Amino acid sequence: MGLLSGKNKEVLVGPLSKNNPVIVQMLGICSALAVTSKLEPSIVMALSVTAVVAFANVIISLLRNTIPNRIRIIVQLVVVAALVTIVSEVLKAFAYDVNKQLSVFVGLIITNCILMGRLEAFALGNGPWESFLDGIGNGLGYGIILVIIGFFRELLGSGTLLGFQVIPQAFYDFGYVNNGLMILPPMALIVVAVIIWVHRSRNKDLQEN
Amino acid sequence: MEELLSTFVRSIFVENMIFAYYLGMCSFLAVSKNVKTALGLGMAVTFILVCTLPINYMLENYVLKEGALSWLEPQFAGVNLSFLSLLIFIAIIASFTQLVEMVVEKFAPALYSSLGIFLPLIAVNCAILGGSLFMQQKAFSNVGVATVYGLGSGIGWLLAIVGMAAIREKLAYSDIPKPLKGLGITFIITGLMGIGFMCFSGLNI
Repeated sequence: MGLLSGKNKEVLVGPLSKNNPVIVQMLGICSALAVTSKLEPSIVMALSVTAVVAFANVIISLLRNTIPNRIRIIVQLVVVAALVTIVSEVLKAFAYDVNKQLSVFVGLIITNCILMGRLEAFALGNGPWESFLDGIGNGLGYGIILVIIGFFRELLGSGTLLGFQVIPQAFYDFGYVNNGLMILPPMALIVVAVIIWVHRSRNKDLQEN
Repeated sequence: MEELLSTFVRSIFVENMIFAYYLGMCSFLAVSKNVKTALGLGMAVTFILVCTLPINYMLENYVLKEGALSWLEPQFAGVNLSFLSLLIFIAIIASFTQLVEMVVEKFAPALYSSLGIFLPLIAVNCAILGGSLFMQQKAFSNVGVATVYGLGSGIGWLLAIVGMAAIREKLAYSDIPKPLKGLGITFIITGLMGIGFMCFSGLNI
């Protein structure tokens, strides 16, 4: 079996749309909503989660035959917590401002349901390489949603992208006003709902009855 | 006394775990399909918050914080263990959940079977770890305030999930565009409820 055979490719690409962790499996929603008022923290958060999911998947997958079933949740939490501590220290050292904006949500990666969900559902039953791909795929699937939400909220809410002014001054002279509601937390939920709406009207088999 | 009361009210309404910070969203969305299970989960979450916050507060102030170990011996005053706080907090929470699970299984089997899978899932409920992390950030003055903060956050979460479940029960009879059914409309309702709860944010207590 090659490194990227058919099944492995499915594992990597599936979570990007058909099996997306946020809008289909309903995992990891807490942080998807709280950090997305600007594009930059969304990207940093997406990268952090991808790294943690991928490596946690590999570690648990390597240990999967030695962990006693009864205490597996504690073992998983300890592995994840150690990785998150590393990520949090790295962010503090190299991206202090973003780390400030993310505040407690870096720590909350530990309880991000994507992690526990993937560890329970995938890493406990598959080899390290597949688990690594699964982690990367799910991390990116989560990242895509985060970046889309962050993009719209920052563009409509403050007229900037990554801190640069995008909407020209001329618009404001004609009376265009930034929509302050977009920066407030409840709008994130509505943006997610719209994404789900579009996604489900394109993929009819995902609709609920 | 005044501090206790204002922390309590603030943590229920102004800083509601769900509508202000989106913590515990996953189980909030997954378990809010009927009022009875929502109530059970809400009470379990409140209980774990009330138990773990004081423990984590003590650990934070007597073991982890910079200079916190100086009660043991003066020469430890420079030790800063705060990088360990994530690990310690989650370990306390996970072991407490396991403990509660065993106690409930032994002494109240009926409750245990009605809560089922939700009990172990509490360990990964962001609201619980979030409570501990906010406690660390807010630096409460004593352990009583921390406990009250835990109680208030739990009650706020309980109110939110029970309200949501009640709305979703009624929603079964309404005509919603097909792609929005289920998850989509739930998000929109949560957003609208969040906008409603924002009116508390100007409250100064």
